[in-house]
Amino acid sequence: MSDNKDVVRQFIISNFYVANPADLKDDTSLLDSGMVDSTGVLEVIAFLESEFGISVADNEIVPDNLDALERIVAFVERKGGKRVAK
Amino acid sequence: MCGIAGIVAIAASASAPTEEALGLMAGALWHRGPDEFGIYRDSRAGLAHARLSIIDLSSGQQPLSNRDRTLWIVFNGEIFNYVELAEELRSKGHTFRTKSDTEVIVTAYEEWGDGAFDRFNGQWAIALWDSREKKLVLARDRVGVRPLYYAEHEGRVVFASEVKSIFAGEPSLPRRIDPNGLDETFTFWTIVPPQSMFEGIVELPPGSVRIYASGNVAEKQVWKPSYPRGNDGLFKGTVEDAREALDAALRNATRLRMVRADVPVGSYLSGGLDSSLVAALGHEANSSSFQTFSLRFTDDEYDETSFQRMMVDRINSQHHEVLVSRQDIANVFPEVIWHTERPILRTAPAPLFLLSRLVRNSGIKVVLTGEGADEMLAGYDLFREAKVRRFWAKVPESEWRPRWLERLYPYLTRSPVSQRALARQFFGRGLERANEPGFSHEPRWNSAIALKRLFSSGLRDRLAGRDAVRSFLATLDDQFSAWSQLAQDQYIEVRTLLSGYLLSSQGDRMLMANSVEGRFPFLDREVIELTNSFPASYKLLSLDEKHVLKRVARKYVPSAIVDRVKQPYRAPDALSFVAEDAPDWIADAMSESSLERAGLFEPRAVSALWKKCKSRKDDGQFSNADNMAVVGVLSAQLLYRQFVEEFPQARIPEIRTRVVIESS
Repeated sequence: MSDNKDVVRQFIISNFYVANPADLKDDTSLLDSGMVDSTGVLEVIAFLESEFGISVADNEIVPDNLDALERIVAFVERKGGKRVAK
Repeated sequence: MCGIAGIVAIAASASAPTEEALGLMAGALWHRGPDEFGIYRDSRAGLAHARLSIIDLSSGQQPLSNRDRTLWIVFNGEIFNYVELAEELRSKGHTFRTKSDTEVIVTAYEEWGDGAFDRFNGQWAIALWDSREKKLVLARDRVGVRPLYYAEHEGRVVFASEVKSIFAGEPSLPRRIDPNGLDETFTFWTIVPPQSMFEGIVELPPGSVRIYASGNVAEKQVWKPSYPRGNDGLFKGTVEDAREALDAALRNATRLRMVRADVPVGSYLSGGLDSSLVAALGHEANSSSFQTFSLRFTDDEYDETSFQRMMVDRINSQHHEVLVSRQDIANVFPEVIWHTERPILRTAPAPLFLLSRLVRNSGIKVVLTGEGADEMLAGYDLFREAKVRRFWAKVPESEWRPRWLERLYPYLTRSPVSQRALARQFFGRGLERANEPGFSHEPRWNSAIALKRLFSSGLRDRLAGRDAVRSFLATLDDQFSAWSQLAQDQYIEVRTLLSGYLLSSQGDRMLMANSVEGRFPFLDREVIELTNSFPASYKLLSLDEKHVLKRVARKYVPSAIVDRVKQPYRAPDALSFVAEDAPDWIADAMSESSLERAGLFEPRAVSALWKKCKSRKDDGQFSNADNMAVVGVLSAQLLYRQFVEEFPQARIPEIRTRVVIESS
């Protein structure tokens, strides 16, 4: 579980070049903080699909599922996502 | 068009400026005025001038004085109504020795004092030295077409058209990046005068006069943008009357800018509405061998060639084109930043640097451009977006109101953001502030503020407790809330991006880098005052931007150009820098060691950004944030290197031919 969170956290820190990791708390809004912009949402979805082997449906693209670290992790786990061996 | 500079001893203990320092200051401005150099020097003051000869080629040298040689001037710019002003001054008994507008300024100042500036229609940066009263007057035009910076250092005022000239003339001045300048850049997309990028250097705000006399200093705003309050000052006629008035004002403004020159005047032509109209009106004022200049891009996404050629066919101009590639942008970028003297978040100035080079190589010194139309007549998407967001804010729970955003941004229908809940969160931020100042600009500002996450911890510490938006909003005009919402949005645009970026990084600096003067009919005094008086609906009718201007343009411009969907001027951003064979300066600017030395950005974060962008070079999909981050970091790094780390005295050419006037 916390593994998943670390993986997603690392992705956000590097893909959205967060200089100070302390800025990214579990419940920080990725949209309101500006870390993720409209194209950034695509990048998050693409990452989740390839990293956890899930498929994100249109009606799942909502802030409740994607707008904070803890929401993303909960969403992935609800979807039964497992890290894909690479 | 020219460069001006000077040093004035204010404190009794301060020493007189040396001829050498003034020569270096003029040398640093060589690109602004390569035709002639002049220096004036007395026991307290020195003025320097680098001249680009456009009016009165034979006798318009500067510094120039009044008849009794007590009042001296250096001047950069044009006073387009100088002929009319000279006539008025002659009727008051004044006589003139030259045919230059410079002498008219000196005489107007003798006659009207500070009141003279409000009579000028033009673009100017002026320094006047009254050697009897020991008084220095610095003045700048209404919207900031011409630049002017100053520093107060060791009892002296040092001023110049560009910062590099101040550094060249006053080597003891510390050269340090001002954190507040970086903070403003990563908020407003530019610094906003008086803020500069360097500690101790101040940009004189547009419309201001600053006076040093008998140990005191005073600064006043002699002009500022003003809009109707209710019916007070509102244009009274119909939209058709407005069309007629705007047509006449623009024709007159363009004609003045065509005929008040002793060299040929050409025009930029982007393929959009504004420059097409300006080119048509310029051609109308002087159709003999009228020359036009256009940018083309090897990347189709940015290219507007077909519209440019449509306009060329219409007016039969002698047309010149320069084709710009990503690699061209990467190659000239260091030189571009040497001229902008500030970081930028878009590469858009770089192609304009290449365009002014084309103009210069074609033997033309002066061009008309369409700058200012989008600010004066509400052309930007930002104005339409603000209108939709305010409309939505009236019923925040509405489902269809936010869908109007899709009209503005058709790509939304193909983006994850088209999902309602996500769109709501993206565009619906701060809806509760719909009637507060700055609401219109929040989405733009927030997109830049988010990138402050790249700042180093040292920079963050120095900025702790500062809020650039709040500080800016505290300086709004005291009439602001009495204006229409569109007028408020226009005012903020004029105060921030027009003077700080469009007329500077994308305007004066790129033009003057190749000794070309820009003239802007949409920023004519009469045009500004007329368009400001229009009701909001004449400018933005429903979501139809520049409505009344389109009505004017139909007479002069093919309808395919009038009716085309507005394409913002853009150039390839991050894409310009990620190629395998990119020039060496890029890897150096992004290296950990140079990031550490500059201390502006966190090397680990920049490295993550850069790795991401390098890995994407093939599919070329960069988010807006990635683009702005790459260009912002690279330009700030170049600024540090060129102005702080290795300010190249050697790059300042030595001036040989010059006139020196010595006075006791």
